[in-house]
Amino acid sequence: MSEKVLMKGNEAFAEAAIRGGAGFYFGYPITPQNEIPEYMSHELKKRGGAFIQAESELAAVNMAYGAAAAGGRVFISSSSPGIALMQEGISFMCSAEVPAVFLNASRGGPGVGGIQPGQADYFQATRGGGNGDYQVPVFAPATTQEAIDMIYNAFAIAEKYRNPVMVLADGMMGQMMEPVVLPEEKPRLTSEMIPEEKPWAISGNTGKKPRSVIKSLRLQPDDLENHVEKLFEKYGIMEKELVDYEAYDLEDAEVVFVAFGTVARLVMESMEMLREKGIKAGMIRPKSLWPFPYEAFEKISANTKAVISVELSMGQMIHDVKMGVQGRLPVELIHRTGGIVPTSIEVVEKTLKILEGLK
Amino acid sequence: MESVFKVTRGLLPVDTSYCPGCTHGIAHRLIMECLEERGELESTVGVSPIGCSIVAHQFMNIDMCESAHGRAPAVASGIRRVHPDKTVFTYQGDGDLASIGAGEIVHAAHRGEKFTTFFINNAIYGMTGGQMAPTTLIGQKATTAVEGRTVEQAGKPLRMAELIATIEGAVFVERVALDTPAHVRNAKKVIHKALEVQKQRLGFSFVEILSTCPTNWGKTPYDATKWLAENMIPYYPLGNLKTPEGMK
Amino acid sequence: MKYKMIFAGSGGQGNLLVGQIIAYAAMHEGKEVTYLPSYGPEMRGGTANCTVVVSDKSIACPIVNEADMILAMNLPSLDKFENTVVPGGHLFINSSTVGKSSDRSDINVHDIAANDIAKELGNEKCANIVILGAIVNATKVVSKESVEYILEHKAFTGAKAKLLPINLEALHVYLKD
Repeated sequence: MSEKVLMKGNEAFAEAAIRGGAGFYFGYPITPQNEIPEYMSHELKKRGGAFIQAESELAAVNMAYGAAAAGGRVFISSSSPGIALMQEGISFMCSAEVPAVFLNASRGGPGVGGIQPGQADYFQATRGGGNGDYQVPVFAPATTQEAIDMIYNAFAIAEKYRNPVMVLADGMMGQMMEPVVLPEEKPRLTSEMIPEEKPWAISGNTGKKPRSVIKSLRLQPDDLENHVEKLFEKYGIMEKELVDYEAYDLEDAEVVFVAFGTVARLVMESMEMLREKGIKAGMIRPKSLWPFPYEAFEKISANTKAVISVELSMGQMIHDVKMGVQGRLPVELIHRTGGIVPTSIEVVEKTLKILEGLK
Repeated sequence: MESVFKVTRGLLPVDTSYCPGCTHGIAHRLIMECLEERGELESTVGVSPIGCSIVAHQFMNIDMCESAHGRAPAVASGIRRVHPDKTVFTYQGDGDLASIGAGEIVHAAHRGEKFTTFFINNAIYGMTGGQMAPTTLIGQKATTAVEGRTVEQAGKPLRMAELIATIEGAVFVERVALDTPAHVRNAKKVIHKALEVQKQRLGFSFVEILSTCPTNWGKTPYDATKWLAENMIPYYPLGNLKTPEGMK
Repeated sequence: MKYKMIFAGSGGQGNLLVGQIIAYAAMHEGKEVTYLPSYGPEMRGGTANCTVVVSDKSIACPIVNEADMILAMNLPSLDKFENTVVPGGHLFINSSTVGKSSDRSDINVHDIAANDIAKELGNEKCANIVILGAIVNATKVVSKESVEYILEHKAFTGAKAKLLPINLEALHVYLKD
């Protein structure tokens, strides 16, 4: 095991991708994730990969598609408005079954919005921001270390299912520095290894593998329906295999918070403060946003009076929370938006008000 | 008996889905013949566009992928990074390349990408049904310009080869046409040159191929070739705009 | 032990570096640490601050509402953060650049003419390191040795190595054995 290093989130994300075997990165500058393309621009060349500063996010995502279709292991990142532009490629890659790992250092919206942290891309990430029937697994780290591990492991998931995978971080995580342990570097596939390792990839019709064609167009409705059904069989397996969450102090909780990413960290502090006031609080922290851990809500105890979704948006995850709760308990929202992160004190005060209102 | 013509291995033994008289078939054949003659059929990766030729992979017997509208040069740039030793090309129409993909083609040329773009210019959107393209001629009728294109409404047609030739990273740029047997033979020579430029990794190579769309032009195949010669060639002059030093 | 700090000033005053050095020193001592900078256009000439939390246990929340220590390198920073210091906490003011002090009597106010001291040492740019010494001396959030280690092995290496002696001198103005 290597020793701890103090790294800025964005640089740690980039390094985790390289260590996860990513050889190709395509990016376009957008705050607050610029350290990722900056890091990739000097690191990938040194380590046997390639970097292109694309002319737009549209070009970047299509470069990613090309490189991944050619059998390369691809990492790509942006922030909210840029991820919106990339939806063309994400939908296309799901359709064409091409794997890659995306990172969204999300910020406040809509439109250009701001550059401070946000979680208002929850719908975009989990419901599909592009056209058509498709799904992308979405993982939400809360610490820099967890982000490193999620990115590192995401490539194997993407390649197993031949589907894009997204890591949904936020602007604050990208800027923050924390001591981390970096995983061991995986070997990168060379061009020569691709026909054997990824026979589906376009690498030249040498006769050593069946001719590869990567396509999205299906003009015959029954052909397209069959294809989408096949994709959804795959998504069904993902739903079973990729659900991930952490539950804290649910057993005796009077109130259960649901929060992901940065927000979950400050809710931890709020929980401590509430316990000091004699209110037992628990938390469900989804680590996979799609598939959403609905099953976690079965663990909520009979003592619980309310479930509170805490979000940096006007309330998007709350819809999944309600599906998890299934009407058994009141579901409330504590939120800030526009790039504002609530303080742990603010969460405590709003929680007390909610509990008061339930009496 | 001596065989004087053989269909290239680069084409699959199937009928194309293109309309009668459409020159996509000729363009496909020329590119595949060149690749076979160069011994590169097995080491080539192609990118098809959005448009009629999105299905080029059903006819071209090589590894290929489709791309979203206009993005083929970005896709090919990604492929090039993964396979530095392969031959890579994009095959794009004029709606795809000159309109929605204007950014991607300019920046692929700008980076001096080591691949070849074959630009099929038939002055109209084919697959979507005859809408005006940036390359539609003044006065030419289209389903979004029923009285014919006017300068007031849409400006003058875009000459992509000339535009690309202004970019330093594009080292080989030539315009050819598929209206006569002589022009077809010349087109093949030019395709060979473009692929040689790529093989030597000299920079971006670009071949604009003036083509017909009898269906959306509302003409017979023969009249379409005549229309191309009489209307397109005067506005889109044939010839070489750029050749790298040492290849002239 | 959990210690929460905010280092505030404007671009170029070196307050972010002070926060980083403390973060590195804490990690060097095997402690948990989070370093959270403000980001965006304010990096370019406006106010810039960073929040550093040092703890023996893993740190849940990197955001600080109430700080044990505030460093204010300019007047807007003092105005913004003066009231976030917890009673008994420390407020460091660079009196060379702020031009006023704090009226709070429930906290430890340290007025330090850091630029003037640094100028006397021969390089005004060391003002932030003078204050770093004062902060470490008063708060003991990290040890003198680990700060010296980070200055030598992280902050002033390569082309900046020639600046190490004067910065060590600046550090030791307030940080005594």
